[in-house]
Amino acid sequence: MHSRIEVFLKDEYADPLGKNVISEIETFGFAKVKNIRVRQVYIFFGKLTENELDTIAKKLLADSVTQHYLCTSDSSHQPPHEHFHIIEVSRKPGVMDPVEQSVIKALRDINISVDGVKTAHKYMIDASVPAEAIPVIAAKVLANTNIEDVFIYPEIPKYRQTVFSAPFKKKIIPLINAQDVQLEKISVEGQLSLNIHEMRAIQQYYTTLRREPTDIELETIAQTWSEHCVHKTLKGRICFNGKIIDNLLKNTVMKATEELNAPWCVSVFKDNAGIIEFDEEYNVCFKVETHNHPSAIEPYGGANTGIGGVVRDIMGTGLGAKPILNTDVFCFGMPDTPPEKIPKGALHPKKVFKGVVAGVRDYGNRMGIPTVNGAIYFDERYIGNPIVFCGTAGIIPKNMCQKESRPDDLIVVVGGRTGRDGIHGATFSSAELHEQSEHMSGGAVQIGNAITEKMTLDTLLQARDRGLYNCITDCGAGGLSSAVGEMGQHTGACVYLEKVPLKYEGLSYAEIWISEAQERMVLSVPREKEKEVLALFNAENVEATVIGHFTGDNMLRLYYQSEMVGELEMDFLHNGLPRLEREAIWSAPGFEEPFLPEKENYGTDLKKLLSEWNVCSKEWVIRQYDHEVQGGSVLKPLQGVQNDGPGDACIVKPVLWRNKGIIVSNGMNPRYGDIDPYHMAASAIDEALRQIISVGGNLERVALLDNFCWGNTNKPDRLGSLVMAAQACYDIAVAYGTPFISGKDSLNNEFITETETIVIPPTLLISAISVLDDVRHAVSMDAKEPGNLIYLVGVTRNELGGSHYYHIHGHKGKNVPVVNAFSGKKTMNTLSIATARGIVRSCHDCSEGGLAVAAAEMAFAGGYGMELDLSQAVVESEITRNDTILFSESNTRFLVEVKPEHKIEFEAVMKDVSHGLLGKIRQEPCLKIIGLNNTTIIEEDIYALKEAWQSPLRW
Amino acid sequence: MKTPKVLVLRTAGTNCDNETKYAFEKAGAKAEVIHINALLSNKKILENYQLLALPGGFTYGDDVAAGKILANQIKYHLEDEIKNFIDAKKLILGICNGFQVLVRAGLLPSFERFHQEATLTHNDSNKFEDRWVYLKICADTSYFIRREHAPILYLPVAHGEGKFLAKDKDVLDKMVKNCQIVFQYVDKNGEDAGYPMNPNGSVLNIAGICDQTGQILGMMPHPERNVDPTQQPCWTRQGLKDSGDGFLIFKNAVQYMKEIF
Repeated sequence: MHSRIEVFLKDEYADPLGKNVISEIETFGFAKVKNIRVRQVYIFFGKLTENELDTIAKKLLADSVTQHYLCTSDSSHQPPHEHFHIIEVSRKPGVMDPVEQSVIKALRDINISVDGVKTAHKYMIDASVPAEAIPVIAAKVLANTNIEDVFIYPEIPKYRQTVFSAPFKKKIIPLINAQDVQLEKISVEGQLSLNIHEMRAIQQYYTTLRREPTDIELETIAQTWSEHCVHKTLKGRICFNGKIIDNLLKNTVMKATEELNAPWCVSVFKDNAGIIEFDEEYNVCFKVETHNHPSAIEPYGGANTGIGGVVRDIMGTGLGAKPILNTDVFCFGMPDTPPEKIPKGALHPKKVFKGVVAGVRDYGNRMGIPTVNGAIYFDERYIGNPIVFCGTAGIIPKNMCQKESRPDDLIVVVGGRTGRDGIHGATFSSAELHEQSEHMSGGAVQIGNAITEKMTLDTLLQARDRGLYNCITDCGAGGLSSAVGEMGQHTGACVYLEKVPLKYEGLSYAEIWISEAQERMVLSVPREKEKEVLALFNAENVEATVIGHFTGDNMLRLYYQSEMVGELEMDFLHNGLPRLEREAIWSAPGFEEPFLPEKENYGTDLKKLLSEWNVCSKEWVIRQYDHEVQGGSVLKPLQGVQNDGPGDACIVKPVLWRNKGIIVSNGMNPRYGDIDPYHMAASAIDEALRQIISVGGNLERVALLDNFCWGNTNKPDRLGSLVMAAQACYDIAVAYGTPFISGKDSLNNEFITETETIVIPPTLLISAISVLDDVRHAVSMDAKEPGNLIYLVGVTRNELGGSHYYHIHGHKGKNVPVVNAFSGKKTMNTLSIATARGIVRSCHDCSEGGLAVAAAEMAFAGGYGMELDLSQAVVESEITRNDTILFSESNTRFLVEVKPEHKIEFEAVMKDVSHGLLGKIRQEPCLKIIGLNNTTIIEEDIYALKEAWQSPLRW
Repeated sequence: MKTPKVLVLRTAGTNCDNETKYAFEKAGAKAEVIHINALLSNKKILENYQLLALPGGFTYGDDVAAGKILANQIKYHLEDEIKNFIDAKKLILGICNGFQVLVRAGLLPSFERFHQEATLTHNDSNKFEDRWVYLKICADTSYFIRREHAPILYLPVAHGEGKFLAKDKDVLDKMVKNCQIVFQYVDKNGEDAGYPMNPNGSVLNIAGICDQTGQILGMMPHPERNVDPTQQPCWTRQGLKDSGDGFLIFKNAVQYMKEIF
């Protein structure tokens, strides 16, 4: 028995949510809709009088100014409506709905208690829409059936409280005598994602123990050994073009860090995030994660929990850092893909895009962490397998960067409760997606509750400052299994699973152990601090529970209702994984340079480039993120006279009363990777670094993160391209003197349809973080004053391979941009001397679309025109074509604005570095470019250029 | 009085508490961030402060409606304390989510205390937007700011539910008559300019209002995000000022407290 309150806007008020849904339906071409009104539905379980219902509606749920409400004490009958089609959408039992928890809390404030609450949206769609369109609208626009129930009236919505039942029974998996076929079957059916070598190693272990494993033991091993958790491919043995590489990461990315041995690197590659020194009081940590597969299936929840997860990484770095900024980089299929071209089982890229942005927005904004940096990259091949990178930086007192759990410390779980959500996320993320993934893996998809995480953060930092715990880690992939297993690796641990607080009854002991329910952290608390810890969390309504203790015998022991359900040696768990040897090959793909006829005017090409999905303005996204909360923002993502130009990197002041800042930037060029993954990786590093230089930074203290998202690396060609990219990471990082401090990989990013396998392009995201001593030296990218001089710093080469210019003409090309790190470093170091002296008025790096796009962006962001002469650019001798100079994406190049009175000083500083004085800024709002032959090749109104740049994503 | 004391109230989902504290301290007050549970368990502590600040954020996730749940906590559990606070000539400032709380608790515009007469609802764009806006100071009724201090303030908004609506024309007329509309969204020149200058579709371009005593101010824009010179977006074009536009509000409040108490 349940009662129901519907809350809805009075007729005189427009319904913005309804309006959004209408535009959504029309974009996908499902139907023409005149009117949609949306009602918020609250279902209450437990006995409530009519009076109480009315009180709830009046005091809590309905806004007396704009809304009406309707109470029904028995909602088992809901009449259809003659003027409307009615669709009701509600989250499935067990799926997180933060509103339910808030309503229960708020009811206590007005002295009413209920057994449970559910919420739903009721969409009232005008009757003129054809009835057959209604189920399509429900499934494609209004709901995601992986996590939501849909009721189309006259069907009566059925609601029940979340109750599962699973009587306790210890489960043994017979393994010792299994043949290979059976071993593989056990792995597949248990969704363990373990290969035959690994299954055999487990079999052998249990054979020596002379017993069969329990389900929870196998789950623990599978999680600990998953690609997601141990990076077994990149740390394994690779035979690359005949040469053995033993541990690719150690020989490339990590080796660069080791050789550079920077004294300001505090913690690299071992904690949740890399840590570098900030000032005399604080260090800064930085981590970027991927959350691709969950986002493919449920974009909102996937991105939401992606952000939540990386924020917890920061909360669990050292003894706990405070998050200060987020950065988000996404890769999607083309937003204008016709619906009929969407492979079965994949969501439309536009829907994925919108869902992911909303997920990041809602979590990041609620947490109060500014999202200050990011990028969005589009390519057809991300259609079934989007990429979602979520990054967070944090600040941490210097003396709190080390941690160690001690024998006899209590294991305390704090934050959210454990539910059946996210089972098998660690193993799922290590497998390929296919047509059925959308349905089968629903359990691995979750929705986050940002407020729970914010409350946990608020209390955690107090506990940290009072020194109440010795060690901390987050519950991420693998849940408690991973967190406790990691913290107890050198001690051993004993856990009583029935003590773990649950969202609802009915979880098996194994589910409790591996559930990846969000917003949980695990602490190692000395016994004498137990009371103080529990009281501190309790004071702010954050749940904290002792679930076991660390031991000293290096054994993991799991109990449920006094029975031992699992017993594993930490040594086998962490060191028993057999090392793999994989084959890798790479050979040049044999692309050729295309022949494009030369033109007299490139204005149309420039506009086309500005409208290209990868180049166009991302303001629609950026504005939805709070990029200024915490008050530290110094250089914002949108810059210029109207706050809408594309900034190169962001600067944030983490300590408000000091002028020291941090810079965050990113670089990524998947299309170069089709031609040459080595130069792709090198270019990505160069791009991230030159953005730091552009905003006034220098190379003295820059740390890098690597995030490899690749196809199935069991296939030698995919692994080969990854090896090439990793090698470039080593070479270029060493040459620039910029160590890697952390990284992550996500392999198996492929989408299998009936007819083909869609492999994502090799996608390496390089994120950079740097310290800027005085933020008042920051430089923005917008043109500042007419009459100022414009220099192009750096050498332009014939490097249109993989460029956006070739792309808009349907070509790939061969001459991919390379990095000359020797001259690149000199260029960057020299330019940073000029910015530190304050003689650079604005600076913009040349990236996608090359010099022409950079000049256009600088001009329209500043609201001024420019006149530039290409003959003054420093180029490789054989360049004779205007389009090469305009659009080549050669690395390490900057457009720099200098006041005429600083001309001599600037040129003196730059004397040993290639630079050319191209022209100057003009009052007249026109971008005029003179070509090599001394004729005008571009003459465009800057507002027309801006319109071309802004219009594609003006949603 | 030597150093005025400010209570910055926080609860689950508050997230602008630190920068609000920073702004008050920069202006010369002593600010303490206190959790609502601590206040509810010892309501008398409110007497130790001369200003109550409700900062921005998403209290309780903005579930049900932005600021609603905290508004109910104040309305049903702190009624007397708040009344005494106001009667003692003390100040209340609500920024963004804090403004939503004050309106839903019936403390703004407050013709009848604790009676909701207006609302802040979903932006016309139906999405959260972070952007900088120009505010015209339209009245001299608030102790936090007067027209003589500056013709126009430049501040950021960051919200999804900021569209101000009055219950009826009567309420709106009274607000106008009493000069309770303190801030209106305008363009650079002080003119009415529509979206996006008015970022949410507020009636009469209302961005901030005060109560009849002038002691309570609620505003959607964030003054605490523009107290330092490097916080404004155009400082690399225009050079660094001594302080950001929002600082005035904190300075005036501290000045008032120093004079009165």
